[in-house]
Amino acid sequence: MSAGNMNLNLKIWRQPTGAAEGKLVDYRVEGVSPDQSFLEMIDVLNDQLVRKGEDPIAFDHDCREGICGMCSMMINGKAHGGYKNTTTCQVHMRLYKDGDTIIVEPFRAKAFPIVKDLTVDRSGIDKVMMAGGFISANTGNAQDGNAVLIPKPIADEAMDAAACIGCGACVASCPNGSGMLFMGAKISQLALLPQGQPESPRRSLNMVHTHDTLGFGNCTTHAECEATCPKGISIEHIARMNREYLKAAFTYYEKSRSEGGA
Amino acid sequence: MAINLDPKVPQGPLEQKWDKHKFESKLINPANKRKFTVIVVGTGLAGGSAAATLAELGYNVLSFCIQDSPRRAHSIAAQGGINGAKNYPNDGDSVKRLFYDTIKGGDYRSREANVYRLAQVSNNIIDQMVSQGVPFAREYGGYLDNRSFGGSQVSRTFYARGQTGQQLLLGAYSGMMKMVAKGKIKMYNRREMMDLVTINGKARGIIVKNLITGELERYAADAVLLCTGGYGNVFYLSTNAKHSNASAAWRCYKRGAAFANPCFTQIHPTCIPVHGDYQSKLTLMSESLRNDGRVWVPKKEGDNRKPAEIPEEERDYYLERVYPSFGNLAPRDVSSRQAKFRCDEGKGVGPTKQAVYLDFRDAIKRDGREVIAGKYGNLFEMYERITADDPYKTPMMIFPAVHYTMGGLWVDYNLMSTVPGLHVLGEANFSDHGANRLGASALMQGLADGYFVAPYTLGHYLASTPLEKITIEDNAFKDAEQAVRLQTDRLLKVKGKRTADDFHKELGHYMWDYVGMSRNEAGLKKAIDGIRKLREEFWQDVNVPGDTGNMNLELHKAARVADFLELGELMALDALERNESCGGHFREEYQTEDNEAKRDDEHFAHAAVWEYTGANSSPVRHKEELVFENLKLATRSYK
Repeated sequence: MSAGNMNLNLKIWRQPTGAAEGKLVDYRVEGVSPDQSFLEMIDVLNDQLVRKGEDPIAFDHDCREGICGMCSMMINGKAHGGYKNTTTCQVHMRLYKDGDTIIVEPFRAKAFPIVKDLTVDRSGIDKVMMAGGFISANTGNAQDGNAVLIPKPIADEAMDAAACIGCGACVASCPNGSGMLFMGAKISQLALLPQGQPESPRRSLNMVHTHDTLGFGNCTTHAECEATCPKGISIEHIARMNREYLKAAFTYYEKSRSEGGA
Repeated sequence: MAINLDPKVPQGPLEQKWDKHKFESKLINPANKRKFTVIVVGTGLAGGSAAATLAELGYNVLSFCIQDSPRRAHSIAAQGGINGAKNYPNDGDSVKRLFYDTIKGGDYRSREANVYRLAQVSNNIIDQMVSQGVPFAREYGGYLDNRSFGGSQVSRTFYARGQTGQQLLLGAYSGMMKMVAKGKIKMYNRREMMDLVTINGKARGIIVKNLITGELERYAADAVLLCTGGYGNVFYLSTNAKHSNASAAWRCYKRGAAFANPCFTQIHPTCIPVHGDYQSKLTLMSESLRNDGRVWVPKKEGDNRKPAEIPEEERDYYLERVYPSFGNLAPRDVSSRQAKFRCDEGKGVGPTKQAVYLDFRDAIKRDGREVIAGKYGNLFEMYERITADDPYKTPMMIFPAVHYTMGGLWVDYNLMSTVPGLHVLGEANFSDHGANRLGASALMQGLADGYFVAPYTLGHYLASTPLEKITIEDNAFKDAEQAVRLQTDRLLKVKGKRTADDFHKELGHYMWDYVGMSRNEAGLKKAIDGIRKLREEFWQDVNVPGDTGNMNLELHKAARVADFLELGELMALDALERNESCGGHFREEYQTEDNEAKRDDEHFAHAAVWEYTGANSSPVRHKEELVFENLKLATRSYK
């Protein structure tokens, strides 16, 4: 039950507000246990800071079991530390050695302005979803769940895409700051399912347009996103998104309201 | 103040109550709905589904969440599944059986009519979620797949790998996003509700704190829906998310919303055991694992051999032994208690001896590694990441942990609290699970409340209630905001030595030791006394650095701990007054010869409903008698 015996040097990004200047500040944490999670290690540091009357390090976190997508952080230059299928909250200190120096920074992307310290504003993700990341099935409309059959491989592939937790690691790892992995995952999930078909062309056109106007960059197939995605989402979904988008761009036409369209 | 605990259950046969009630409810025509504004606090399954549905109907919705996005609410962490009485597997399920299982699972401490309605709408939820693109597990023929959960002998649980809560929440969230884009929902992220504003006795608004700027903000509406989840974090260590807290519900309690059955806490049997003092939360391993995993301990006390070295005949598969008909799928309260008994006998395993094995050896031998990986792969990976043990090779070690709270703000059949206009949905209310919730029923209840119940009952309230014109400049808003400001100043002025977490952890020890899996009179009295002293100390010695007007995380935390320190005492008091054992509430004084919970239906077939009477006086305990017209009260047995 006792704490461990690792001593670590940390360089952590401190920035009081989005408008202020930031810098890396040195901290030392002693007696870290290998069973401790990375965030629990920062908790211990924060506890020390609070006891000294200093401002604790602000970082986003909530579920601490790798599913809510709230935790972020670049650890030694990699989103979520760069471990396979792992969010920051699931990184454990057994992955580090006594005496290590660890650099901790916020997710950095044009579309994710810094709020404070390691906390960034990822509301761009919601805005992309608002542009079409849904099926317009109002409550009460639904037919029986088994009325439309979905082959298992298709349902499974849709689930692979749907596993996205919207953390933004893909954006932070991409040299272009592109959000195409999380957006592609949603477009792909809904394009795979029969329920998603009616809105599919509209969805891809609107989401891609919104994505671009929010300052997310384009995809140039570096695949850094796939390498760091904590849910192992494949860039195949970007390919499917591109197909959906191209199809829609060539064929989809919606009459404007003034022309008598809905 | 007299409180009205009329449950407003409609007359007539059980099967027809909800249809009749819907027909008799007043409607608001589509053009008039846009004249009403509704506040929805929380964006989990209850809040998200309610906000989306109300906006679709035409109401103006103001939605608030504590995280940076509504998609992060803690419903997302539910793993195993959601129940629905579809009877697709043809194994004997029906609305009535789901109703019966839920009442029995709750140890006969819930309201029949509510539970029946829940079972009725369960099927609509599955349909709704499929139509929204939730990729539920399918069979090769394309049909929806089901699995089994505790406390039931049919397979009625729909699932999306081990991420069912995530998929359902993202479904509800996508519905919300659609309505945000249409301007019918106004979304307020990173906001925490600090108080409820009542005008002429009706809920008309809230005070919230902007967690980035620290500013207080006022919002007015025609009704308030509280969907802020449960209060399991009163124990400090629980499976709840770090931001899950009781403050919104607690402030409503202090504004007149009665609190029902606060002591009914669910301690989930399969969680990763506690391993250190620095630990910030506990992680659940889905109940679905008990479909294939076998729970056991060594027969010998203090057996320190590795699990693989312990031969078959020296293992005690105690759930299969004690409950042959339900085996490893015994309900949560029963399974947790049995794990505690085994550890108390000295048969616990692992470094702390506070753990039991959950073993997949036989299932892997029977079905092959690939099949097991297909069902639970992501859970196995998660377990290995946290513990560095590979569950394909060595059994998981698990121990019970606080997971869910069945208690909550009292609501009538319309989901309205004792404060008119304040509706409470999902885990935040007390309604459907009695003294113990069955697995895969929380998702069902949250979505039932939000999609299919509140949209009807709220319409009736708005159509039948005179609502005066108000603005956020009214005195009630000023006073409520001032009260929050005073409390904040008080917290900042203490400048003591102990951190808010320090106090929270100590409170957690009181709760776990005396108000946890088993309780007794002496322990509960000790807890009440200890928590009172701790609360006094808190207000003299808490250390909150910084000030208001910015993102002061310690200040946010301290305000929540102050409320937990009050709630904890009420939970202990409620447990002390309930002189029986039922479901998750196990009083050592009241047990059968074979250590099962012994109910006292003559004296305790009621919901205990607590009324706040002020900071310096004791709360008053009222009763809502539970009437069983359709089911006979019976001793709950899973043997």
